[in-house]
Amino acid sequence: MATETLIQLCILLPACGALFIAASAKFPNLREAVTMGSATGLFCLVAALFMRPEALNLAPIVLAEPLPGLQLQLCLEPLGLLFAGIASLLWLITSVYTIGYMRGNKENNQTRLYICFALALASTMGIALSGNLITLFLFYEMLTLSTYPLVTHNQDHDAVSGGRYYLGILISTSVGLLLPAIIWTWHLTGTTTFTAGGILAGNIDPSLVVLLLLLYAFGIGKAALMPIHRWLPEAMVAPTPVSALLHAVAVVKAGVFCMVKIILYIFGPQLLITTGSNSILIGLASFTIISASIIALRQDNLKRRLAYSTISQLSYITLAVAILTPHSITAAVVHITAHAFGKITLFFAAGAIYTAAHKTKVSELNGIGQRMPWTMSAFAIASLSMIGLPPAAGFISKWYLLQGALSINSGPIIAVLLLSTLLNTGYFIPIVYAAFFKKEDAPIAHPHGEAPWTMVLALTTTALLTLILFFWPQIPLELAAQLPGVGR
Amino acid sequence: MTWVGHYNYWGAIFLMMSGFYVVISRGNLIKKLIGLNIFSTSVFLLYISMGKIKGATAPILTEAARLSPTPQLYSNPLPHVLILTAIVVGVATTAVGLALTVRINERYGTIEEDEIRAKDDSL
Amino acid sequence: MIHLPIVPVIIPLLAAPLCIIFRSKQLAWSIALAATWTSFCVSILLAIHVVAVGPLSYNIGGWPAPWGITYYIDTLNAFVLLIVSGMSAVVLPYARKSVEMEIDSSTQPYFYSLLLICITGLLGITVTGDAFNMYVFLELSSLSSYALIGMGPRRRALTAAYQYLIMGTIGATFILIGIGLLYSLTGTLNIQDMAVQLRANDILGSGNRTLITAFAFLTVGLSLKLALFPLHLWLPNAYSYAPSVVTIFLAATATKVAIYMLLRFCFGVIGNGTIFQMTLGKIILIPALAAILVASIVAIFQYDIKRMLAYSSVAQIGYMILGISFATTTGLTAGILHMFNHALMKGLLFMVMGAVSYRVGSVYINDFRGLGRKMPWTMAAFVIGGLSLMGVPMTAGFISKWYLIKAALENGWWDVTILILLGSLLAVVYIWRVVETAYFNPSHENEEDIGEAPLSLLIPMWTLVIANIYFGIDTSIPLNLAQQAATLLMEGI
Repeated sequence: MATETLIQLCILLPACGALFIAASAKFPNLREAVTMGSATGLFCLVAALFMRPEALNLAPIVLAEPLPGLQLQLCLEPLGLLFAGIASLLWLITSVYTIGYMRGNKENNQTRLYICFALALASTMGIALSGNLITLFLFYEMLTLSTYPLVTHNQDHDAVSGGRYYLGILISTSVGLLLPAIIWTWHLTGTTTFTAGGILAGNIDPSLVVLLLLLYAFGIGKAALMPIHRWLPEAMVAPTPVSALLHAVAVVKAGVFCMVKIILYIFGPQLLITTGSNSILIGLASFTIISASIIALRQDNLKRRLAYSTISQLSYITLAVAILTPHSITAAVVHITAHAFGKITLFFAAGAIYTAAHKTKVSELNGIGQRMPWTMSAFAIASLSMIGLPPAAGFISKWYLLQGALSINSGPIIAVLLLSTLLNTGYFIPIVYAAFFKKEDAPIAHPHGEAPWTMVLALTTTALLTLILFFWPQIPLELAAQLPGVGR
Repeated sequence: MTWVGHYNYWGAIFLMMSGFYVVISRGNLIKKLIGLNIFSTSVFLLYISMGKIKGATAPILTEAARLSPTPQLYSNPLPHVLILTAIVVGVATTAVGLALTVRINERYGTIEEDEIRAKDDSL
Repeated sequence: MIHLPIVPVIIPLLAAPLCIIFRSKQLAWSIALAATWTSFCVSILLAIHVVAVGPLSYNIGGWPAPWGITYYIDTLNAFVLLIVSGMSAVVLPYARKSVEMEIDSSTQPYFYSLLLICITGLLGITVTGDAFNMYVFLELSSLSSYALIGMGPRRRALTAAYQYLIMGTIGATFILIGIGLLYSLTGTLNIQDMAVQLRANDILGSGNRTLITAFAFLTVGLSLKLALFPLHLWLPNAYSYAPSVVTIFLAATATKVAIYMLLRFCFGVIGNGTIFQMTLGKIILIPALAAILVASIVAIFQYDIKRMLAYSSVAQIGYMILGISFATTTGLTAGILHMFNHALMKGLLFMVMGAVSYRVGSVYINDFRGLGRKMPWTMAAFVIGGLSLMGVPMTAGFISKWYLIKAALENGWWDVTILILLGSLLAVVYIWRVVETAYFNPSHENEEDIGEAPLSLLIPMWTLVIANIYFGIDTSIPLNLAQQAATLLMEGI
């Protein structure tokens, strides 16, 4: 099969999967088989792309040209390939988990959930493979719309109001800030194609670079830079597999992915460094890292604590790319991967606890480690990754990030990193400690064991991946080495 | 005193404004239509004034005029023709308006605007 | 071939009395269907001819140009002709079921006859090159539309029609005054000849008072007709109480034709480059922006969804006028393109309203609860129409918004760009309310089963859905026509 066809199939396959899921609504087993089938198929497709190094050097594929000069085009580049790989792999695992979760909790409207999952994945693939800003924007909005039904899945009052937050913030930032930024870029340069080294240099008044950068940074609401982060905790009303998908795979990763892409391929490292405008992004990201961690400390709802942890971790990626040294860009790329595996494990664990024990609060978790040893071990490994301790993948990204910070001799950044590591420890380790070493509260409402086996299988797999990535980080490292600003 | 000489235009403006005022101020649907008629009549006057040329006669080509050595002045016939059409349109508008008023009277039992509004709001 | 320009007008005119003569609703519908499709086909032929060969003119009764009535068709006319005849051709198949439901079977022949007369009027305005003839056709279409609106199922339709009659007549009279003043200035009624005379006698640059008064009357009158904010008051009532088919038809065509007239007079007669035109642009810019914002905000608070869409129409008209007020080729392209795209999307959305009221009986927001499941095809069509209205890429709405923003940026008007985007956001809010209710609110419990709309409603609806998507991806046809028309207008005929 031609590589171009493979790339297009990556978007088409989940979209068609959604159609078939809708068609098989009446037969739950068939429907879930279709979900698994499309997830597996997509993973194989992306794996095939990994096997073909020449795929990275292809000319852009033009899907349509609605207006002269305004193309919808797909183009594979290293970061997009990595993102597509993570998303397709984790969709597969999430599907296994979701089936267990949905059946275990006897949720309603399961078909709609599976359809929207598949559509969200199609949009994510679109984001990963898009060749210019317009295509990126289109799939970005499709992702928002296709995940909205997932967030409001429970259809009660909380869900609807959370959904409004979610949609309201994401749509208004993207239309109100991101779109003007794209139009501005297009107006300045006459193109929106992602080009290594950037397209803006020489076309923009240096004093306006900061403004444009801020438009992009806040316009990409999915990257959850403060103060545009409120949608993330609000979206926690969703069922846990959805949260896992939003946080680890699709939405927030799409956000930071866009951020990295725009910084590397639209602005270009050189322009940002010469104008010094990356420092404002560094400041914003540092602020977000610290304050989100402090808020996370005070959350008793487990999922909300994880949500704030996500906000803080996302800003690591933004911070890393904003530092703009080869090491730090590598850190950003590795952290996209490491955080994906780690955070999805944590959410899987939270969902497993909810399914087996019906507990949602941190304060209720005393002694749960004895009843659910697999789940809580996975949780512990993922926590290590979040904190950045070996032998978990988070260590590698933090290592590169520190090196990047050292190479520009920035004391404040190093201080931020150290402080946030302490804070991370502060909100994760007590959970692990309580789960394994504290006594269970005396009267146990429901004696329970592990969650259904599909869920446990999924979360141990992702925890294992976190470990594997620590020992064999070659794939993200090699891809990162091919990025502009790193390789040359 | 050229502006006095344009008395027919002043007449048109007066008619137009009074018609307009009736449309705005009256609540009775029939009176509104009458106002609308006055309003459009003013335009007829405007058009016809435009066609008039001082000292000119009706544009009828007679044998005597054709043979006379001094050229005869004629009024412009075109505005008259246009206004004939406009009058027809005005009549049609009035007819439709009256028909609607009859229907409104059947369904609401009144043709006073405020009473109609009260009936709609009470629903 | 030589008589082609008059065919699209004459056919519905001849068909209208036939509908009444036969007195059978089936036959009347078939006649109307045949007539609209014939004029649509002829319009396509005309458009092809105009693009390939150039402007066509046709002297009625053989009287030569400045004296007789001339039908003159250039790219702009051909484009508007396509919009009007195309939309009526799509609406007619839809009409049969919907009209059967909403209108007495004894009055149905009259309904079709009036609809045909309305179509005649709108097409007539489009093809004619004679200013007074344009007024007559305008009144023809208006009078029939007052009657059509009055046929609405609720009694408020009557008051809405009456209100429209009063406002419409005032508007038309203003237009008549404007035409009269232009005539007194140029001595001709032929629009092209007017332009020639104005230029020949050097009236343009001198700040002639009669000319300014004429255009003041024309602009205000046309603004009433095209429902430019704040002269839009008749529109929400008229659209929400009229029969579904009439709403679809009027929303898709009537205001567009009024905008066409504005273009003809403001650009065709005066021509480009005068200071006068630029001031006019500045004057209508403010109401256009106000329309976009105020009408969109008002739309958010409507419970009657048909009324909500009517307010949205007012906002969308604001977009068209905004494009025109830029008075640049790109701006005009955006405005003209949006006439076409808005016809597609608003036609579609009002068709959805017609289908919902066909099944549910009314279109209040609460009636939409659970419809996503009960009428999946209809609501899917609503979602796509809504996306197009918001201006999401890959739909027709995006293209015109894109050009509008491009035009604003070319003028360096950042603030206007932001307002355009803000308008889009407001559209997201009001469309989303309906989508949320339809898909995420459970339906009423004790409600008899509501099924999907019949096929004869769904097929025209989905034709427009496909058109909305197709013209968002392959824009070459409307874009070329709009660009040509805009260039022509900027050159001054």
